[in-house]
Amino acid sequence: MNVIEAAGLGKRYGSTWALRECTLAIPDGHVAALVGPNGAGKTTLLNLAVGLATPTAGTVTVLGGTRPGSPAALDGIAFVAQNTPLYKNLSAADMLHLTRNLNSRFDQHYAETRLGELGIPLKRKAGKLSGGQQAQLALTLALARRPRLLVLDEPVAMLDPIARHDFMATVLTAAADDGVSVVLSSHVLAELERVADYLILMSHGRVQVAGETDDLLASHRVLTGPAAEVGRYAERLCVVHARRGGAQAHLLVRTSGAADPVPPGWEAYPVGLEELALAYLREPGAAALPGPARGLRAEPSEVTR
Amino acid sequence: MSIGKGISPAGNADASSPGGGGPASPIEFRLDPASGVPTYLQLVQQVEHALRLGYLKPGDQLPKVRDVVASLAINPNTVLKAYRELETKGLTAGRPGQGTFIEATLSQVALPELTGLRRSLLGWLATADTAGLDEDGIVALFTSVLRDFHERRAGTGDRRAPASSETEGVA
Repeated sequence: MNVIEAAGLGKRYGSTWALRECTLAIPDGHVAALVGPNGAGKTTLLNLAVGLATPTAGTVTVLGGTRPGSPAALDGIAFVAQNTPLYKNLSAADMLHLTRNLNSRFDQHYAETRLGELGIPLKRKAGKLSGGQQAQLALTLALARRPRLLVLDEPVAMLDPIARHDFMATVLTAAADDGVSVVLSSHVLAELERVADYLILMSHGRVQVAGETDDLLASHRVLTGPAAEVGRYAERLCVVHARRGGAQAHLLVRTSGAADPVPPGWEAYPVGLEELALAYLREPGAAALPGPARGLRAEPSEVTR
Repeated sequence: MSIGKGISPAGNADASSPGGGGPASPIEFRLDPASGVPTYLQLVQQVEHALRLGYLKPGDQLPKVRDVVASLAINPNTVLKAYRELETKGLTAGRPGQGTFIEATLSQVALPELTGLRRSLLGWLATADTAGLDEDGIVALFTSVLRDFHERRAGTGDRRAPASSETEGVA
């Protein structure tokens, strides 16, 4: 089952396309990270998926073919918007009460236990809680609805390192305990490697890369060699991003597998998720989607030419 | 009960963890984001390391997936991948509904002997230090002697092989 599936999805605000030709399928059972610079279309995609916006073009479905915004979709999806909005003048207890009455399902025991563990006083007004506590309260409200899909828009951007760690621990524990699928957007590249097992890179309203992180890491590597030879290989290698000095160059390339030969005189290194993401984001034109990578030809005449 | 702090490994008889809820695992995982080693591999290596040093032994339980996820804020699939890898290596076995338990050991020597060996090595290091060797020098010397030792052992093995089968029992 795909938790979010889009085909040719687009959203235009006035004359500006916030999202264009977005085609992707996020399978369930993953913690999927949506990464991209500001204005890449992350929030637009999430708003379309949770039914807060309607598409200008194309289609989007959730939870295995359900229409966003339909009762079944609303029941199965919990969404925490940017800056974890809460009613600042309501106490934590009132927020629980409100959410319980607005939803068909609400695990009051889970919510109270969780807030107790976090040391969040039920009587205190949401606006008087710290940033980390507000985020945890919003997350607890979302998880107590026992969703099948949890959607988080920039959940940790405003949090300090400890609050960020605790927040993600709560999200990931829910994924481990209940198997809830998670789709989150984030700027924090460094944490991706630990948190996400599915990555979607977006820029300028388009999806650049999408796939399981293990597959992405296995199909990319860095080649280091003489800068003078870059031109010779650039055509045959699928180069995502090149960094070159006077004598030495680093090419982040997409391979068709570990069997791809390394050009003579070059060295191959594995690539980390952050390095991979940065390389693609620096090259908005590069896409690992769709289609197979063009491998380096091993014909000796070509290489020694 | 982290690897770094605990001097004596928690035996399986000792189940007096303050948190309650059954005996805790003898080890805790930590992550080094600067190591460049994939997260699942770090977990695998830490279990192997703990096995070699005797912190873990057959019958011990590994931390529950949920607990690792909660304490490190990492993806549950990463922990599952590490535990699958350990199982494939024959080091652990999963017991449905209970968790993952150590099946085999990597330490060739029991912990008391290991402590003795560690003490004599410390003594030797003090001698080397007094003689004026710095850390790099000590490592270089140790590596070189270790290589000599391996070569010599391989050499004696070769010589012994064609001689007779009587001597094999000695080794």
